[in-house]
Amino acid sequence: MAGAHPFDRVRPALAPLARETSIAHGVLVFAIEPANLLALVRRLKDEFGFDLFLDVTAVDWLGQTPRFEVVWHFYSTQHKVRVRVKTRVAEADPTVDSLVALYGSARFMERECHEMYGIAFRGNADLRPILLYEGFVGHPLRKDYPKQHEQPLVPYRAAE
Amino acid sequence: MDMKLPNPIRPAFTTPQRDDTVIVNIGPSHPATHGTIQIVTELDGERVVRVDVHCGYLHRGFEKECEDHTWHNLIPYVDRLNYCSGLINDFAYCDAVETLMGVEITRRCKLLRTLLAEYSRVADHLTCVAAALMELGAMTAFLYLVTIRDAIYEHLADLTGARVTYSYGRIGGLARDLPDGWLERLEQILGQFDEFVGRVHGLMDRNRIFIERMRDVGVISTADAINWGYTGPILRSTGVPRDLRKDTPYLAYAELDFDVPVGIKGDNYDRYYVRMREMDESIYMIRQLIDLLRETEGQPICVDDRRCTLPPKQLVYREIESLINHFKLIMEGPRVPAGDCYVAHEAANGELGFYIVSDGSGTPYKVHVRSPSFVHMGGAHRMLEGYQLADIVPTFGSINMIGGECDR
Repeated sequence: MAGAHPFDRVRPALAPLARETSIAHGVLVFAIEPANLLALVRRLKDEFGFDLFLDVTAVDWLGQTPRFEVVWHFYSTQHKVRVRVKTRVAEADPTVDSLVALYGSARFMERECHEMYGIAFRGNADLRPILLYEGFVGHPLRKDYPKQHEQPLVPYRAAE
Repeated sequence: MDMKLPNPIRPAFTTPQRDDTVIVNIGPSHPATHGTIQIVTELDGERVVRVDVHCGYLHRGFEKECEDHTWHNLIPYVDRLNYCSGLINDFAYCDAVETLMGVEITRRCKLLRTLLAEYSRVADHLTCVAAALMELGAMTAFLYLVTIRDAIYEHLADLTGARVTYSYGRIGGLARDLPDGWLERLEQILGQFDEFVGRVHGLMDRNRIFIERMRDVGVISTADAINWGYTGPILRSTGVPRDLRKDTPYLAYAELDFDVPVGIKGDNYDRYYVRMREMDESIYMIRQLIDLLRETEGQPICVDDRRCTLPPKQLVYREIESLINHFKLIMEGPRVPAGDCYVAHEAANGELGFYIVSDGSGTPYKVHVRSPSFVHMGGAHRMLEGYQLADIVPTFGSINMIGGECDR
């Protein structure tokens, strides 16, 4: 195919904002400091056409510091390529900036990530539970949340 | 019983904005919607002013459960995400694991997966269109479409042993090759499809009542759709040909000839028509794949790779290497190299992505699903606000929310 690969332009332009860049399985990966998130994503969206916000989730690396890795995926409907942005946040203050101002779809996905991992998204005013229920204690996808733990919303009936 | 149960949700609004509007709760279990979803609405007469959509009533801890099973053992769970087209989930998941392992599947497997993915897409679109039409009172059209869907389910049961939850994908291949006569029966069903779907086109396409209910209802623009993360038929109904099968070809899509149907303005009618046309394209692809599959008759279906493929059962009983290989794969799971990857397939509803993280063991460290239905629910209010209360039913039907993949 004629022309340079879209990554050839994005990678050097945004590398100063990242700690590390790499290409893994066809996806351009930026490992960044949490503070650079909004600046990087804004440029990704406005200058390089990454208009579709696909996903945000976290990985709990229990035992490592910083403990949580927050992972975002973006897609460019124009260049048809994906970008992954990763950052590490500490257990004591698992806060990153919210992307709701840039992408509407971030609203629901940040709510899910918040309840599952306890990541706080600064700027997302609506972090109510979404898959879980009001009053659920803990963050079930954290590695230290026991799989068998039960907290029923409706009390179990006592055996007759 | 006088015990008051706590409300599982906290609605975004509980008091009306004006003194002539009223708050009405719809769902989570409502006869006019399929799928457990709760929609809190503020109504001005019959007009919807504000909407707050709540999902999660079918949450069953899919991602947590995955972290406790080997890479192979969680395939049955993956089936249950989008239970209208379970095979597409299987193949997307297997593709993600194969990508991380660096496994290249065989040509026959690639063709067969493509064929089955398209076949599942037809079943999924049939379900969606049938349910949406039935909710508008079109019982005959529903029965025509479900007749075909049932033929497809029975036919898939001949191959996989189950009508809906197939567990047919394997890392590095498929559970088994086609049984004798399967492709011949497939051709019969494709003929029936043309006949029954032709009748539905005749009943619905220019039906005045249908057009009045669907045209200019639930409109979403391309820019809005992209902002709210819409993919799949909903995004295409707004007029952009964005399809992963064309844009980032996977499986055997690069060798197939097909069009990407698009709509005009992203309303309910366009979403109905895009799905109907996509089924035609899928059938066209299936016909091409039947010929390609006949050329690869007798070729292997699973890769010859001990890291993921189980040895033949006869050998397991006869030689020690195969016995140990079998034991290791079942008890410890296939070793997936440490790392992460994101693989997305064009599922019936949109981009179905698997983000998997491995720490090098036989059990996933993390399996995350980017499910189209969940993202679509996040923007559903854009299609509901401003229309009539009764329009919620067809609009919601045309989004095709599947609880299994939305709530995981």
